[in-house]
Amino acid sequence: MSAALEAKLGRAWKKPPFVSNPVFRWALIIGSVSYIVVAFWGIDINLSRIARGWARGWEFIKAFGDPDFTSRWKDIYNGIYESVVMTVASTVVGIAISIPIALGAARNIAPLPIYLVCRAIVAISRALNEIIVAIILVAILGFGPLAGFITLSFATIGFLAKLLAEDIENMNKSQAEAIKATGASWTQWINFGVQPQVMPRLIGLSMYRLDINFRESAVLGLVGAGGIGGTLNTAFDRYEFDTVAAILIIIIVTVMFLEYLSGVIRARIQ
Amino acid sequence: MPMKEQNGLKVWQLRTPRSQLIRWGAWLLGLAVFIFSWQEISDNTLWFMMDNVGEVVADIATRATPPRWSFITELGRPIWDTLAIATLGTILALIMAVPVAFLAARNTTPSKLFVRPIALLVIVSTRSVNSLIWALLLVSIVGPGVLAGLIAISIRSIGFCAKLLYEAIEEINVVQVEAIKATGASPMQVMVYGIVPQIMPAFAGIAVFRWDINIRESTVLGLVGAGGIGLALQSSLNVLAWPKVSLILLVILVAVVIGEWVSAKVRGAII
Repeated sequence: MSAALEAKLGRAWKKPPFVSNPVFRWALIIGSVSYIVVAFWGIDINLSRIARGWARGWEFIKAFGDPDFTSRWKDIYNGIYESVVMTVASTVVGIAISIPIALGAARNIAPLPIYLVCRAIVAISRALNEIIVAIILVAILGFGPLAGFITLSFATIGFLAKLLAEDIENMNKSQAEAIKATGASWTQWINFGVQPQVMPRLIGLSMYRLDINFRESAVLGLVGAGGIGGTLNTAFDRYEFDTVAAILIIIIVTVMFLEYLSGVIRARIQ
Repeated sequence: MPMKEQNGLKVWQLRTPRSQLIRWGAWLLGLAVFIFSWQEISDNTLWFMMDNVGEVVADIATRATPPRWSFITELGRPIWDTLAIATLGTILALIMAVPVAFLAARNTTPSKLFVRPIALLVIVSTRSVNSLIWALLLVSIVGPGVLAGLIAISIRSIGFCAKLLYEAIEEINVVQVEAIKATGASPMQVMVYGIVPQIMPAFAGIAVFRWDINIRESTVLGLVGAGGIGLALQSSLNVLAWPKVSLILLVILVAVVIGEWVSAKVRGAII
Protein backbone atom coordinates (compact mmCIF):
# COMPACT_ATOMS: atom_id res chain seq x y z
CA MET A 1 0.00 0.00 0.00
CA SER A 2 1.17 3.44 -0.84
CA ALA A 3 1.94 6.00 1.83
CA ALA A 4 -0.75 8.37 0.55
CA LEU A 5 -3.45 5.75 0.93
CA GLU A 6 -2.05 4.73 4.33
CA ALA A 7 -2.41 8.30 5.53
CA LYS A 8 -6.04 8.46 4.42
CA LEU A 9 -7.12 5.17 5.95
CA GLY A 10 -8.99 5.33 9.21
CA ARG A 11 -10.08 8.92 8.66
CA ALA A 12 -13.64 9.92 7.86
CA TRP A 13 -14.32 11.12 4.30
CA LYS A 14 -14.78 14.85 3.98
CA LYS A 15 -16.48 16.81 1.24
CA PRO A 16 -13.94 18.49 -1.02
CA PRO A 17 -14.17 22.27 -0.49
CA PHE A 18 -15.49 24.63 -3.19
CA VAL A 19 -12.19 26.54 -3.40
CA SER A 20 -9.30 24.08 -3.33
CA ASN A 21 -6.39 26.33 -2.30
CA PRO A 22 -6.65 26.55 1.55
CA VAL A 23 -4.79 29.87 1.90
CA PHE A 24 -6.97 31.51 -0.76
CA ARG A 25 -10.10 29.92 0.73
CA TRP A 26 -9.48 31.23 4.24
CA ALA A 27 -8.46 34.64 2.94
CA LEU A 28 -11.71 34.77 0.98
CA ILE A 29 -13.82 33.70 3.95
CA ILE A 30 -12.17 36.03 6.48
CA GLY A 31 -12.11 38.91 4.00
CA SER A 32 -15.78 38.64 3.06
CA VAL A 33 -16.97 38.11 6.64
CA SER A 34 -15.07 41.15 7.86
CA TYR A 35 -16.38 43.23 4.94
CA ILE A 36 -19.96 42.20 5.71
CA VAL A 37 -19.53 43.06 9.40
CA VAL A 38 -18.00 46.46 8.63
CA ALA A 39 -20.55 47.25 5.95
CA PHE A 40 -23.41 46.23 8.19
CA TRP A 41 -21.99 48.38 10.96
CA GLY A 42 -22.14 51.36 8.62
CA ILE A 43 -25.91 51.19 8.19
CA ASP A 44 -27.66 53.20 10.79
CA ILE A 45 -30.92 51.51 11.60
CA ASN A 46 -33.40 53.83 13.21
CA LEU A 47 -35.61 51.44 15.13
CA SER A 48 -38.11 54.03 16.32
CA ARG A 49 -38.60 55.22 12.72
CA ILE A 50 -39.18 51.65 11.59
CA ALA A 51 -41.67 51.10 14.40
CA ARG A 52 -43.57 54.18 13.27
CA GLY A 53 -43.37 53.20 9.61
CA TRP A 54 -44.40 49.64 10.25
CA ALA A 55 -48.06 50.58 10.53
CA ARG A 56 -47.78 52.18 7.12
CA GLY A 57 -46.16 49.04 5.71
CA TRP A 58 -48.96 46.93 7.08
CA GLU A 59 -51.48 49.34 5.55
CA PHE A 60 -49.72 48.89 2.21
CA ILE A 61 -49.89 45.10 2.43
CA LYS A 62 -53.56 45.34 3.39
CA ALA A 63 -54.16 47.62 0.39
CA PHE A 64 -53.31 44.72 -1.93
CA GLY A 65 -56.38 42.96 -0.60
CA ASP A 66 -58.51 45.96 -1.48
CA PRO A 67 -56.92 47.86 -4.38
CA ASP A 68 -58.62 51.06 -5.47
CA PHE A 69 -58.84 51.20 -9.25
CA THR A 70 -61.71 53.68 -9.47
CA SER A 71 -61.00 56.93 -7.64
CA ARG A 72 -57.90 57.79 -9.69
CA TRP A 73 -58.83 55.72 -12.71
CA LYS A 74 -58.33 58.59 -15.16
CA ASP A 75 -54.74 59.19 -13.96
CA ILE A 76 -53.96 55.48 -13.97
CA TYR A 77 -55.42 55.05 -17.45
CA ASN A 78 -53.47 57.99 -18.86
CA GLY A 79 -50.26 56.80 -17.21
CA ILE A 80 -50.57 53.22 -18.46
CA TYR A 81 -51.54 54.47 -21.91
CA GLU A 82 -48.47 56.70 -22.07
CA SER A 83 -46.26 53.86 -20.82
CA VAL A 84 -47.56 51.50 -23.50
CA VAL A 85 -47.15 54.12 -26.23
CA MET A 86 -43.58 54.86 -25.09
CA THR A 87 -42.78 51.14 -24.90
CA VAL A 88 -44.04 50.39 -28.42
CA ALA A 89 -42.43 53.39 -30.10
CA SER A 90 -39.08 53.02 -28.35
CA THR A 91 -38.89 49.27 -28.96
CA VAL A 92 -39.53 49.75 -32.70
CA VAL A 93 -37.02 52.58 -33.05
CA GLY A 94 -34.52 50.78 -30.82
CA ILE A 95 -34.69 47.63 -32.95
CA ALA A 96 -34.41 49.63 -36.17
CA ILE A 97 -31.23 51.31 -34.92
CA SER A 98 -29.86 48.14 -33.31
CA ILE A 99 -29.82 46.04 -36.49
CA PRO A 100 -27.22 48.07 -38.42
CA ILE A 101 -25.17 48.50 -35.25
CA ALA A 102 -25.34 44.75 -34.60
CA LEU A 103 -24.09 44.08 -38.14
CA GLY A 104 -21.28 46.55 -37.50
CA ALA A 105 -20.45 44.98 -34.13
CA ALA A 106 -20.07 41.46 -35.56
CA ARG A 107 -16.40 40.83 -36.28
CA ASN A 108 -17.10 38.35 -39.12
CA ILE A 109 -19.04 40.95 -41.13
CA ALA A 110 -17.62 44.36 -40.34
CA PRO A 111 -14.10 45.64 -40.94
CA LEU A 112 -12.12 46.61 -37.84
CA PRO A 113 -12.77 50.41 -37.74
CA ILE A 114 -16.55 49.99 -38.03
CA TYR A 115 -16.42 47.13 -35.52
CA LEU A 116 -14.67 49.32 -32.95
CA VAL A 117 -17.09 52.23 -33.41
CA CYS A 118 -20.16 49.99 -33.06
CA ARG A 119 -18.74 48.18 -30.03
CA ALA A 120 -18.06 51.57 -28.43
CA ILE A 121 -21.69 52.61 -28.98
CA VAL A 122 -22.86 49.36 -27.39
CA ALA A 123 -20.51 49.77 -24.43
CA ILE A 124 -21.65 53.35 -23.76
CA SER A 125 -25.31 52.41 -23.97
CA ARG A 126 -24.82 49.52 -21.57
CA ALA A 127 -22.76 51.44 -19.04
CA LEU A 128 -25.27 54.27 -18.60
CA ASN A 129 -28.20 53.51 -16.35
CA GLU A 130 -31.62 54.29 -17.87
CA ILE A 131 -32.62 56.54 -14.99
CA ILE A 132 -29.46 58.63 -15.31
CA VAL A 133 -29.96 59.01 -19.07
CA ALA A 134 -33.58 60.01 -18.40
CA ILE A 135 -32.52 62.66 -15.86
CA ILE A 136 -30.11 64.22 -18.32
CA LEU A 137 -32.65 64.10 -21.14
CA VAL A 138 -35.36 65.64 -18.96
CA ALA A 139 -32.94 68.44 -18.14
CA ILE A 140 -32.37 69.01 -21.87
CA LEU A 141 -35.78 68.28 -23.42
CA GLY A 142 -38.12 69.11 -20.58
CA PHE A 143 -40.71 66.87 -18.95
CA GLY A 144 -42.79 64.50 -21.04
CA PRO A 145 -42.75 61.20 -22.88
CA LEU A 146 -40.19 62.27 -25.48
CA ALA A 147 -37.36 62.02 -22.92
CA GLY A 148 -38.57 58.58 -21.87
CA PHE A 149 -38.91 57.46 -25.48
CA ILE A 150 -35.33 58.46 -26.33
CA THR A 151 -34.01 56.89 -23.11
CA LEU A 152 -35.65 53.54 -23.81
CA SER A 153 -34.58 53.55 -27.47
CA PHE A 154 -31.02 54.24 -26.40
CA ALA A 155 -31.08 51.49 -23.78
CA THR A 156 -32.53 49.04 -26.32
CA ILE A 157 -29.52 49.55 -28.60
CA GLY A 158 -27.00 48.37 -26.00
CA PHE A 159 -29.02 45.28 -25.16
CA LEU A 160 -30.22 44.19 -28.59
CA ALA A 161 -27.17 45.09 -30.67
CA LYS A 162 -24.83 43.26 -28.30
CA LEU A 163 -26.80 40.02 -28.19
CA LEU A 164 -27.63 40.09 -31.90
CA ALA A 165 -23.98 40.72 -32.79
CA GLU A 166 -22.99 37.70 -30.70
CA ASP A 167 -25.54 35.61 -32.57
CA ILE A 168 -24.26 36.82 -35.94
CA GLU A 169 -20.73 35.96 -34.88
CA ASN A 170 -21.85 32.42 -33.98
CA MET A 171 -23.74 31.82 -37.23
CA ASN A 172 -23.08 28.96 -39.62
CA LYS A 173 -20.48 30.20 -42.10
CA SER A 174 -21.18 27.68 -44.86
CA GLN A 175 -24.71 28.96 -45.53
CA ALA A 176 -23.48 32.52 -45.93
CA GLU A 177 -20.62 31.22 -48.06
CA ALA A 178 -23.08 29.35 -50.33
CA ILE A 179 -25.06 32.54 -50.95
CA LYS A 180 -21.83 34.38 -51.75
CA ALA A 181 -20.86 31.66 -54.23
CA THR A 182 -23.99 32.37 -56.29
CA GLY A 183 -22.61 35.84 -56.99
CA ALA A 184 -24.87 37.67 -54.57
CA SER A 185 -24.27 41.32 -53.79
CA TRP A 186 -23.51 42.44 -50.23
CA THR A 187 -27.15 43.26 -49.43
CA GLN A 188 -28.32 39.95 -50.93
CA TRP A 189 -25.67 38.15 -48.92
CA ILE A 190 -26.91 39.75 -45.68
CA ASN A 191 -30.55 39.27 -46.62
CA PHE A 192 -30.39 35.62 -47.73
CA GLY A 193 -27.26 34.30 -46.01
CA VAL A 194 -27.22 35.98 -42.59
CA GLN A 195 -30.72 37.24 -41.86
CA PRO A 196 -32.58 33.87 -41.95
CA GLN A 197 -30.08 32.42 -39.49
CA VAL A 198 -30.47 35.13 -36.86
CA MET A 199 -34.17 35.92 -37.38
CA PRO A 200 -35.58 33.60 -34.65
CA ARG A 201 -33.16 35.03 -32.12
CA LEU A 202 -33.93 38.58 -33.24
CA ILE A 203 -37.67 38.07 -32.73
CA GLY A 204 -37.11 36.44 -29.35
CA LEU A 205 -34.84 39.22 -28.18
CA SER A 206 -37.24 41.89 -29.47
CA MET A 207 -40.12 40.40 -27.51
CA TYR A 208 -37.94 40.19 -24.42
CA ARG A 209 -36.88 43.79 -24.85
CA LEU A 210 -40.51 44.90 -25.24
CA ASP A 211 -41.14 43.33 -21.85
CA ILE A 212 -38.10 45.06 -20.30
CA ASN A 213 -39.00 48.40 -21.85
CA PHE A 214 -42.47 48.26 -20.34
CA ARG A 215 -41.02 47.51 -16.93
CA GLU A 216 -38.52 50.35 -17.27
CA SER A 217 -41.14 52.79 -18.55
CA ALA A 218 -42.93 52.25 -15.25
CA VAL A 219 -40.09 53.97 -13.37
CA LEU A 220 -39.03 56.65 -15.84
CA GLY A 221 -41.98 58.73 -14.67
CA LEU A 222 -40.30 59.08 -11.26
CA VAL A 223 -37.82 61.50 -12.84
CA GLY A 224 -40.43 63.16 -15.04
CA ALA A 225 -39.91 61.23 -18.26
CA GLY A 226 -43.54 60.22 -18.77
CA GLY A 227 -45.49 57.05 -18.14
CA ILE A 228 -47.17 55.40 -15.18
CA GLY A 229 -44.22 56.20 -12.87
CA GLY A 230 -45.43 59.76 -12.44
CA THR A 231 -48.87 58.60 -11.31
CA LEU A 232 -47.25 56.07 -8.99
CA ASN A 233 -45.00 58.71 -7.47
CA THR A 234 -47.95 61.03 -6.83
CA ALA A 235 -49.90 58.21 -5.22
CA PHE A 236 -46.95 57.42 -2.93
CA ASP A 237 -46.61 61.09 -2.01
CA ARG A 238 -50.29 61.20 -1.04
CA TYR A 239 -49.94 57.89 0.88
CA GLU A 240 -52.79 56.50 -1.24
CA PHE A 241 -51.62 52.94 -0.86
CA ASP A 242 -54.78 51.44 -2.35
CA THR A 243 -54.11 53.31 -5.61
CA VAL A 244 -50.46 52.26 -5.46
CA ALA A 245 -51.56 48.66 -5.05
CA ALA A 246 -53.88 49.00 -8.05
CA ILE A 247 -51.07 50.39 -10.23
CA LEU A 248 -48.62 47.70 -9.11
CA ILE A 249 -51.17 44.99 -9.82
CA ILE A 250 -51.71 46.39 -13.33
CA ILE A 251 -47.94 46.46 -13.94
CA ILE A 252 -47.45 42.91 -12.66
CA VAL A 253 -50.35 41.54 -14.70
CA THR A 254 -49.15 43.30 -17.87
CA VAL A 255 -45.62 42.00 -17.39
CA MET A 256 -46.92 38.48 -16.80
CA PHE A 257 -49.04 38.72 -19.94
CA LEU A 258 -46.10 40.01 -22.01
CA GLU A 259 -43.87 37.26 -20.65
CA TYR A 260 -46.46 34.64 -21.55
CA LEU A 261 -46.91 36.16 -25.02
CA SER A 262 -43.16 36.24 -25.67
CA GLY A 263 -42.90 32.63 -24.47
CA VAL A 264 -45.59 31.54 -26.94
CA ILE A 265 -44.05 33.48 -29.83
CA ARG A 266 -40.54 32.21 -29.10
CA ALA A 267 -41.78 28.63 -28.85
CA ARG A 268 -43.54 28.97 -32.23
CA ILE A 269 -40.63 30.36 -34.21
CA GLN A 270 -37.95 28.03 -32.86
CA MET B 1 -42.65 24.80 -53.18
CA PRO B 2 -44.60 27.93 -54.16
CA MET B 3 -44.40 28.70 -57.88
CA LYS B 4 -45.61 31.50 -60.08
CA GLU B 5 -46.51 31.17 -63.77
CA GLN B 6 -44.85 33.89 -65.81
CA ASN B 7 -44.97 33.79 -69.63
CA GLY B 8 -45.38 30.03 -69.46
CA LEU B 9 -42.30 29.69 -67.22
CA LYS B 10 -42.42 28.53 -63.63
CA VAL B 11 -40.64 30.97 -61.35
CA TRP B 12 -39.62 30.00 -57.82
CA GLN B 13 -41.19 32.06 -55.04
CA LEU B 14 -40.22 32.17 -51.39
CA ARG B 15 -43.83 32.23 -50.15
CA THR B 16 -47.32 31.54 -51.43
CA PRO B 17 -49.34 34.67 -52.33
CA ARG B 18 -51.58 34.02 -49.36
CA SER B 19 -48.79 33.91 -46.76
CA GLN B 20 -47.18 36.89 -48.46
CA LEU B 21 -50.41 38.84 -48.10
CA ILE B 22 -50.69 37.94 -44.41
CA ARG B 23 -47.14 39.09 -43.88
CA TRP B 24 -47.75 42.41 -45.59
CA GLY B 25 -50.89 42.84 -43.49
CA ALA B 26 -48.95 42.18 -40.28
CA TRP B 27 -46.26 44.67 -41.26
CA LEU B 28 -48.88 47.26 -42.12
CA LEU B 29 -50.61 46.75 -38.78
CA GLY B 30 -47.30 47.02 -36.92
CA LEU B 31 -46.40 50.18 -38.80
CA ALA B 32 -49.81 51.70 -38.05
CA VAL B 33 -49.42 50.96 -34.33
CA PHE B 34 -45.96 52.50 -34.33
CA ILE B 35 -47.06 55.66 -36.16
CA PHE B 36 -50.01 56.01 -33.83
CA SER B 37 -47.67 55.67 -30.82
CA TRP B 38 -45.28 58.21 -32.22
CA GLN B 39 -48.17 60.59 -32.87
CA GLU B 40 -49.19 60.31 -29.21
CA ILE B 41 -45.68 61.09 -28.00
CA SER B 42 -45.42 63.96 -30.43
CA ASP B 43 -48.73 65.41 -29.23
CA ASN B 44 -47.51 65.37 -25.64
CA THR B 45 -44.24 67.09 -26.45
CA LEU B 46 -43.70 70.81 -26.44
CA TRP B 47 -41.90 71.03 -29.74
CA PHE B 48 -41.18 74.74 -29.44
CA MET B 49 -38.91 73.78 -26.52
CA MET B 50 -36.79 71.90 -29.05
CA ASP B 51 -35.86 75.02 -31.01
CA ASN B 52 -32.89 75.75 -28.80
CA VAL B 53 -31.91 72.22 -27.79
CA GLY B 54 -28.44 72.74 -29.22
CA GLU B 55 -27.89 75.78 -27.04
CA VAL B 56 -29.15 73.98 -23.94
CA VAL B 57 -26.84 71.03 -24.54
CA ALA B 58 -23.87 73.33 -25.18
CA ASP B 59 -24.75 75.34 -22.07
CA ILE B 60 -24.93 72.28 -19.82
CA ALA B 61 -21.75 70.89 -21.36
CA THR B 62 -19.78 74.05 -20.65
CA ARG B 63 -21.16 74.25 -17.13
CA ALA B 64 -20.40 70.59 -16.43
CA THR B 65 -16.77 70.71 -17.55
CA PRO B 66 -14.35 70.45 -15.96
CA PRO B 67 -15.75 68.22 -13.17
CA ARG B 68 -15.04 69.54 -9.68
CA TRP B 69 -12.34 67.04 -8.77
CA SER B 70 -11.99 68.29 -5.17
CA PHE B 71 -15.55 67.10 -4.51
CA ILE B 72 -14.34 63.49 -4.74
CA THR B 73 -13.30 63.52 -1.07
CA GLU B 74 -16.96 63.87 -0.14
CA LEU B 75 -17.98 60.95 -2.34
CA GLY B 76 -16.09 58.27 -0.40
CA ARG B 77 -18.93 57.63 2.02
CA PRO B 78 -21.73 57.57 -0.61
CA ILE B 79 -19.84 55.15 -2.84
CA TRP B 80 -19.13 52.92 0.18
CA ASP B 81 -22.86 52.97 0.97
CA THR B 82 -23.71 52.11 -2.63
CA LEU B 83 -21.36 49.12 -2.54
CA ALA B 84 -22.80 48.06 0.81
CA ILE B 85 -26.34 48.23 -0.59
CA ALA B 86 -25.36 46.13 -3.59
CA THR B 87 -23.34 43.53 -1.65
CA LEU B 88 -25.49 43.11 1.44
CA GLY B 89 -28.62 43.33 -0.72
CA THR B 90 -27.37 40.49 -2.90
CA ILE B 91 -26.51 38.34 0.13
CA LEU B 92 -29.91 38.98 1.70
CA ALA B 93 -31.60 38.22 -1.62
CA LEU B 94 -29.75 34.91 -1.95
CA ILE B 95 -30.74 33.90 1.58
CA MET B 96 -34.38 34.45 0.64
CA ALA B 97 -34.10 33.13 -2.92
CA VAL B 98 -32.66 29.69 -2.07
CA PRO B 99 -35.75 28.36 -0.24
CA VAL B 100 -38.04 29.92 -2.88
CA ALA B 101 -36.02 28.22 -5.63
CA PHE B 102 -36.23 24.82 -3.94
CA LEU B 103 -39.97 25.27 -3.50
CA ALA B 104 -40.38 26.30 -7.14
CA ALA B 105 -38.28 23.58 -8.80
CA ARG B 106 -40.43 20.71 -10.05
CA ASN B 107 -38.13 18.02 -8.68
CA THR B 108 -37.69 19.40 -5.14
CA THR B 109 -40.99 21.14 -4.38
CA PRO B 110 -43.00 19.53 -1.59
CA SER B 111 -46.27 20.09 -3.44
CA LYS B 112 -46.67 20.84 -7.13
CA LEU B 113 -50.26 21.88 -6.69
CA PHE B 114 -50.08 24.31 -3.77
CA VAL B 115 -46.51 25.34 -2.93
CA ARG B 116 -45.09 25.66 -6.44
CA PRO B 117 -47.62 28.24 -7.73
CA ILE B 118 -47.08 30.37 -4.63
CA ALA B 119 -43.30 30.25 -5.12
CA LEU B 120 -43.73 31.16 -8.81
CA LEU B 121 -46.00 34.06 -7.87
CA VAL B 122 -43.34 35.36 -5.47
CA ILE B 123 -40.79 35.11 -8.27
CA VAL B 124 -42.92 36.92 -10.85
CA SER B 125 -44.18 39.69 -8.59
CA THR B 126 -40.78 40.56 -7.13
CA ARG B 127 -39.21 40.47 -10.59
CA SER B 128 -41.72 42.68 -12.35
CA VAL B 129 -41.53 45.59 -9.92
CA ASN B 130 -38.44 47.74 -10.38
CA SER B 131 -36.09 48.31 -7.45
CA LEU B 132 -36.79 52.05 -7.55
CA ILE B 133 -40.46 51.38 -6.86
CA TRP B 134 -39.57 49.05 -4.00
CA ALA B 135 -37.25 51.76 -2.70
CA LEU B 136 -40.00 54.37 -2.93
CA LEU B 137 -42.24 52.12 -0.86
CA LEU B 138 -39.57 51.20 1.68
CA VAL B 139 -38.52 54.80 2.18
CA SER B 140 -42.03 55.51 3.37
CA ILE B 141 -41.93 52.48 5.69
CA VAL B 142 -38.43 52.37 7.23
CA GLY B 143 -37.50 55.98 6.49
CA PRO B 144 -34.90 57.36 4.09
CA GLY B 145 -31.44 55.81 4.21
CA VAL B 146 -29.28 52.88 3.30
CA LEU B 147 -31.58 50.33 4.95
CA ALA B 148 -34.46 51.11 2.57
CA GLY B 149 -32.17 50.72 -0.44
CA LEU B 150 -30.75 47.48 0.87
CA ILE B 151 -34.15 45.91 1.39
CA ALA B 152 -35.40 47.24 -1.96
CA ILE B 153 -32.44 45.69 -3.81
CA SER B 154 -32.83 42.39 -1.99
CA ILE B 155 -36.57 42.11 -2.70
CA ARG B 156 -36.06 42.97 -6.35
CA SER B 157 -33.31 40.34 -6.63
CA ILE B 158 -35.28 37.45 -5.09
CA GLY B 159 -37.24 36.77 -8.27
CA PHE B 160 -34.22 36.98 -10.55
CA CYS B 161 -31.99 34.72 -8.43
CA ALA B 162 -34.76 32.25 -7.59
CA LYS B 163 -35.78 31.92 -11.24
CA LEU B 164 -32.28 31.14 -12.49
CA LEU B 165 -31.60 28.91 -9.50
CA TYR B 166 -34.75 26.81 -9.85
CA GLU B 167 -33.99 26.31 -13.53
CA ALA B 168 -30.54 25.04 -12.50
CA ILE B 169 -32.11 22.73 -9.91
CA GLU B 170 -34.50 21.29 -12.50
CA GLU B 171 -31.56 20.48 -14.77
CA ILE B 172 -29.53 18.46 -12.24
CA ASN B 173 -28.39 14.93 -12.91
CA VAL B 174 -30.85 12.51 -11.24
CA VAL B 175 -28.36 9.65 -11.17
CA GLN B 176 -26.18 11.33 -8.56
CA VAL B 177 -29.17 12.05 -6.34
CA GLU B 178 -30.27 8.43 -6.72
CA ALA B 179 -26.80 7.21 -5.75
CA ILE B 180 -26.83 9.25 -2.54
CA LYS B 181 -30.34 7.98 -1.78
CA ALA B 182 -29.14 4.39 -2.28
CA THR B 183 -26.64 4.79 0.56
CA GLY B 184 -29.57 5.32 2.92
CA ALA B 185 -29.19 9.07 3.24
CA SER B 186 -31.89 11.19 4.88
CA PRO B 187 -33.67 13.81 2.70
CA MET B 188 -31.46 16.51 4.23
CA GLN B 189 -28.32 14.52 3.39
CA VAL B 190 -29.59 13.96 -0.15
CA MET B 191 -29.96 17.72 -0.44
CA VAL B 192 -26.47 18.47 0.92
CA TYR B 193 -24.53 15.71 -0.89
CA GLY B 194 -26.63 15.07 -3.98
CA ILE B 195 -28.20 18.35 -5.08
CA VAL B 196 -26.16 21.21 -3.62
CA PRO B 197 -22.78 20.23 -5.15
CA GLN B 198 -24.42 20.12 -8.59
CA ILE B 199 -25.93 23.59 -8.40
CA MET B 200 -23.01 25.25 -6.58
CA PRO B 201 -21.28 26.61 -9.73
CA ALA B 202 -24.60 27.95 -11.06
CA PHE B 203 -25.31 29.49 -7.67
CA ALA B 204 -21.97 31.27 -7.53
CA GLY B 205 -22.40 32.50 -11.09
CA ILE B 206 -25.89 33.85 -10.37
CA ALA B 207 -24.68 35.57 -7.20
CA VAL B 208 -21.88 37.42 -8.95
CA PHE B 209 -24.06 38.27 -11.94
CA ARG B 210 -26.77 39.74 -9.73
CA TRP B 211 -24.18 41.62 -7.67
CA ASP B 212 -23.01 43.29 -10.87
CA ILE B 213 -26.58 44.31 -11.78
CA ASN B 214 -27.22 45.49 -8.22
CA ILE B 215 -24.25 47.85 -8.34
CA ARG B 216 -25.87 49.52 -11.35
CA GLU B 217 -29.25 49.72 -9.70
CA SER B 218 -28.00 50.89 -6.32
CA THR B 219 -26.31 53.92 -7.88
CA VAL B 220 -29.70 55.46 -8.65
CA LEU B 221 -31.65 54.40 -5.55
CA GLY B 222 -30.64 57.62 -3.81
CA LEU B 223 -32.88 59.57 -6.18
CA VAL B 224 -35.86 58.48 -4.11
CA GLY B 225 -33.97 58.87 -0.83
CA ALA B 226 -32.72 55.34 -0.35
CA GLY B 227 -29.04 56.12 0.27
CA GLY B 228 -25.84 55.76 -1.70
CA ILE B 229 -24.30 57.93 -4.37
CA GLY B 230 -27.70 58.67 -5.95
CA LEU B 231 -28.42 60.87 -2.94
CA ALA B 232 -25.39 63.01 -3.75
CA LEU B 233 -26.48 63.09 -7.40
CA GLN B 234 -29.97 64.21 -6.45
CA SER B 235 -28.77 67.00 -4.16
CA SER B 236 -26.30 68.25 -6.77
CA LEU B 237 -28.97 68.15 -9.48
CA ASN B 238 -31.41 70.05 -7.30
CA VAL B 239 -29.05 73.01 -7.01
CA LEU B 240 -27.92 72.60 -10.66
CA ALA B 241 -24.30 72.11 -9.57
CA TRP B 242 -23.28 70.65 -12.93
CA PRO B 243 -19.52 70.26 -12.20
CA LYS B 244 -20.46 68.06 -9.24
CA VAL B 245 -23.01 66.16 -11.33
CA SER B 246 -20.47 65.34 -14.00
CA LEU B 247 -17.99 64.11 -11.39
CA ILE B 248 -20.64 61.90 -9.78
CA LEU B 249 -21.61 60.47 -13.17
CA LEU B 250 -17.96 59.68 -13.84
CA VAL B 251 -17.61 57.94 -10.47
CA ILE B 252 -20.77 55.90 -11.16
CA LEU B 253 -19.45 54.93 -14.58
CA VAL B 254 -16.14 53.79 -13.10
CA ALA B 255 -17.92 51.81 -10.37
CA VAL B 256 -20.16 50.10 -12.91
CA VAL B 257 -17.26 49.23 -15.21
CA ILE B 258 -15.19 47.83 -12.31
CA GLY B 259 -18.19 45.81 -11.12
CA GLU B 260 -18.71 44.35 -14.57
CA TRP B 261 -15.02 43.53 -14.90
CA VAL B 262 -14.88 41.77 -11.51
CA SER B 263 -18.06 39.85 -12.29
CA ALA B 264 -16.78 38.72 -15.69
CA LYS B 265 -13.46 37.58 -14.13
CA VAL B 266 -15.11 35.64 -11.32
CA ARG B 267 -17.66 34.02 -13.63
CA GLY B 268 -14.86 33.09 -16.03
CA ALA B 269 -12.97 31.43 -13.15
CA ILE B 270 -16.00 29.45 -11.95
CA ILE B 271 -17.47 28.24 -15.22
